[in-house]
Amino acid sequence: MSEVAVVEESAGVPGGPIQAFTVTLIIRRFDPEVDAEPHWQDFDVEMYPTDRVLDALHKIKWEQDGSLTFRRSCAHGICGSDAMRINGRNRLACKTLIKDLDISQPIYVEAIKGLPLEKDLIVDMEPFFESYRAIQPFLIASDKPDKERIQSVAQRAVFDDTTKCILCAACTSSCPVFWTDGQYFGPAAIVNAHRFIFDSRDEGSQVRLDILNDKEGVWRCRTTFNCSEACPRGIEVTKAISEVKAAILRGNPGLPSSDLVLTPVGA
Amino acid sequence: MTTIDAPRTPHTPVTKNRRVNWEKWGWLYMRASGILLVVLIFGHLFVNLFLGTGVKQVDFAFVAGKWASPFWQVWDVLMLWLALIHGGNGMRTIINDYAHGRPRQVMLGLVFAAVAILIVLGTLTLVAFDPCPTGADPSLLPSFCPASSK
Ligand code: HEM
Ligand code: SF4
Ligand code: FES
Repeated sequence: MSEVAVVEESAGVPGGPIQAFTVTLIIRRFDPEVDAEPHWQDFDVEMYPTDRVLDALHKIKWEQDGSLTFRRSCAHGICGSDAMRINGRNRLACKTLIKDLDISQPIYVEAIKGLPLEKDLIVDMEPFFESYRAIQPFLIASDKPDKERIQSVAQRAVFDDTTKCILCAACTSSCPVFWTDGQYFGPAAIVNAHRFIFDSRDEGSQVRLDILNDKEGVWRCRTTFNCSEACPRGIEVTKAISEVKAAILRGNPGLPSSDLVLTPVGA
Repeated sequence: MTTIDAPRTPHTPVTKNRRVNWEKWGWLYMRASGILLVVLIFGHLFVNLFLGTGVKQVDFAFVAGKWASPFWQVWDVLMLWLALIHGGNGMRTIINDYAHGRPRQVMLGLVFAAVAILIVLGTLTLVAFDPCPTGADPSLLPSFCPASSK
């Protein structure tokens, strides 16, 4: 799709159409029905500078080898399906432009680490979502208001960053503690706990702080910053984890008090 | 496969009825001891290797002279305990990362034994230290010893 758009745009541009170039992708393949061990396989594809790694994978799957297996849905960085390890770094294939990589070298693509490999670029996400469910990622409130639950700008700001998570698992699968200890909750679960712990409308903060104070909770974090570097949404993951640690030590989230002055309409 | 609990189901902790949260206190200890160790270790290095004539001054008399003062005894005992427990707890964390089952238990035991033996030995040395042992080479003794030739 994007290739068509590129060609049309470039037709009117001085200097002629954008040049395509050949890129080599080396993909870590694994078919559980045939292979005992994963192995690397080369593919050459014609690409435009505006193409993404996801487009390269599509070209391979559609034109060269239909058995290549990967997840993707939105193709625009919002569903979180296509986190993978590209040249040794966790990224979304749909947000990684080919021209931003060094194309004089082959591009290495493999599945994210630390989760059971199922096929090619697909891992079993169940342990990841199990940790996510464990931190109770939903609003816990005792009242049933007739109107919206009001929150000040300052109160909303403290957890704004962690609302942006798309659960792609790039952070959790970049964490060296998670690689060796699958029991660890992992950065993504802590990010999503943070989103509710620091929400002034929520009443379940204590429960979530207790859960993350457990043996495999926040104290396993060693502040390596891999997660912050991996997050395609630019969330400051390590900072969020530190804020949860501080809240556990303090015994409460320490939320800003409401500075709202409510003036009835027409008063 | 787990199913999601009904909302507001009370949380049951993974480690039930535990009295002390070792992970939390361990984490805090690493930071608290780290801050103290910066002062203790760099103070130690500065006094031993930089002040006076520098590294050339370090011999039995120099060490004995320092340990004759309660100030340096307390300094070194603190450094010994804080650093060994800090290092031991750090090793515990790393072992818990990489080893499982029986090897983990064995390695944790070894680290614990090493830390315990070194703390006991070091503390004994520091507390029961005699700067002027009888029959020692007089040229090695600190100047305040009656037998010293300095
Ligand atoms: C100069 C003063 C020191 C400071 C400020 C310091 C600070 C720290 C901190 C904050 C941690 C925890 C890291 C984390 O869990 O995220 C740590 C870990 C560690 N420290 Fe120290 N430390 C110091 C000296 C020492 C000494 C003298 C030893 C050896 C006896 C040592 C051995 C260790 C070990 C083995 C770890 C575990 C490393 C890991 O978890 O990967 N440290 N240190
Ligand atoms: S915090 Fe970032 S990297 Fe981690 S799951 Fe959410 S969006 Fe992905
Ligand atoms: S395909 Fe949806 S985030 Fe990349």
